[in-house]
Amino acid sequence: MTATTLSRSLRYAESEVLAYRRTWRGTVITSFVNPVFFLAAMGAGLGTLVDGGTGQGLPIPYVTFVASGLIAANAMQNGAGDGSFPVMAGLKWRKNFHGTITTPLGAEDIIWGRLIWAVGRLLFVLAVFTIIAVLFGALEVGPALLAIGPGVLTGVAFTTAITAWTLNQEDDRSLSSLFRFGIVPLFLFSGTFFPIPFLPDWLEPVAYFTPLFHGVELARKVALPDVGAPVVTDMPAWINLAYLLVMAGVGVYYSIRSLDKRLRV
Amino acid sequence: MTQPLVQARGLTKRFGDFTAVDAVDFDIEKGEAFGFLGPNGAGKTSTMKMITTVSPITEGKMTVFGVDPMVDGRSIRQRLGVVPQEDNLDLELTVAENLYIYGRYHDMKKSEINPRIEELLEFAQLTERRDSQVEPLSGGMKRRLTIARALINDPDLIILDEPTTGLDPQARHLLWDRLYRLKQQGATLIITTHYMDEAEQLCDRLVVMDQGKIVAEGSPRELIQRYAPREVVELRFNEGEQDRAVLELDGLASRSEVLADRVLLYTDDADATQETLHARGIHPEQVLVRRSTLEDVFLRLTGRGLID
Repeated sequence: MTATTLSRSLRYAESEVLAYRRTWRGTVITSFVNPVFFLAAMGAGLGTLVDGGTGQGLPIPYVTFVASGLIAANAMQNGAGDGSFPVMAGLKWRKNFHGTITTPLGAEDIIWGRLIWAVGRLLFVLAVFTIIAVLFGALEVGPALLAIGPGVLTGVAFTTAITAWTLNQEDDRSLSSLFRFGIVPLFLFSGTFFPIPFLPDWLEPVAYFTPLFHGVELARKVALPDVGAPVVTDMPAWINLAYLLVMAGVGVYYSIRSLDKRLRV
Repeated sequence: MTQPLVQARGLTKRFGDFTAVDAVDFDIEKGEAFGFLGPNGAGKTSTMKMITTVSPITEGKMTVFGVDPMVDGRSIRQRLGVVPQEDNLDLELTVAENLYIYGRYHDMKKSEINPRIEELLEFAQLTERRDSQVEPLSGGMKRRLTIARALINDPDLIILDEPTTGLDPQARHLLWDRLYRLKQQGATLIITTHYMDEAEQLCDRLVVMDQGKIVAEGSPRELIQRYAPREVVELRFNEGEQDRAVLELDGLASRSEVLADRVLLYTDDADATQETLHARGIHPEQVLVRRSTLEDVFLRLTGRGLID
């Protein structure tokens, strides 16, 4: 990304900020309220059962385990939301993208601009969540704030990959399937609510390949620096980081390519 | 001699096996209102998209402001104002914000954009809707806003693809009035339309397109003079009588067109034609005399009407 691309992308992001001043109400529930519900119900509620349970427990309170995982899971939800329906709207429903490329802006400026905006929003959403988790007594403030970094990266990886995917869909039916058969299972089985080694043996290796697993692992390694297995696996953090970076890079590349192909016919 | 703003030679656009634009040539000069007239599917929009640099050229050569759109589209778009066929306003923004973001896309400063927004709202007669949402605006208002948005960067060339399609007559006349004003201010306009009245009202010069080809070129008046006698006598017959009557019309006019519901007689002297009609004892249900229009030119050139 060159300096002029950055300037153009920022100008595109400005339009997203303007629009958000009017649409933020619709995002409050999914971005802010739901994660806190999960934290309360799973962490505090279910946690009393888990922590009082027998045998193979966790070395940390369950609410701490869930809160650290939810940083990444929350980021995934937001990233997936940003990369799907709004992209289809710009392309097919409202067709804003078609108008934008008749100005000096091009497909790459739209993609980078949306990404800049997504990072801004992820930072905000995750900061709010993390502070609430700290107030719950689930996380320590210093490492928790640092874990926003892996969280944002997880969100970026999802938003770019899903943007690229959406740009290759014809309509929104496949978008609904993505959430039902992609995002929801990832949310449940990628280590947010229980450690991956607790999965049935045949399912465990599958989980290691899912992107959210790497996001959750990395967020936990940063948020809970002194904790080891079974809270986190022995996988070195650089593998988690590399996975997410590659996913984001490939996502951006194919997003730009696909959008250009869809718009310039 | 100054170079034309847009120059096309052998310009061709193909989608797979389908040729949308078939080796067309045209020059568009600074300060003129240039029209592309033709039915839906004639290749007008594809041509516009190539001029606005958003559609790659398959074959042939074109320059816009002397620049090859395939080489430096961005610098061309910096100087264009584009009004697409379908409104693509940002529904999440207000009327004024829609203008503002396009100003930003064109890298204008806030201090440049703000006075411009007020001017354009005035021009588009939307000042009172300044801060309202886009969604509840009428079709005509949305169209005027789209045009205002295209003018934010004070473009050297304004491209309007079917500007009044889908609007009611009153909204169309208001829009024509605005476009006429732009013309008087010396703007260069490219207009595509399948309405011959629109082309006659707004265009200094136009090309008639059909099936990807340019079939005629000139001012509306020239085209009518060249391809259609001065007057048209339209005859409507009672049901079932047209076929028989047609056989007796020989030699009545310099040319005739038999349509499903009426017969058109092209003539330089409608009175004389009507007298002969009576003399031959032909009594149509209805006789209408009118001046020739671009519709007649199109019919002559292609054998078909502009609007199916």
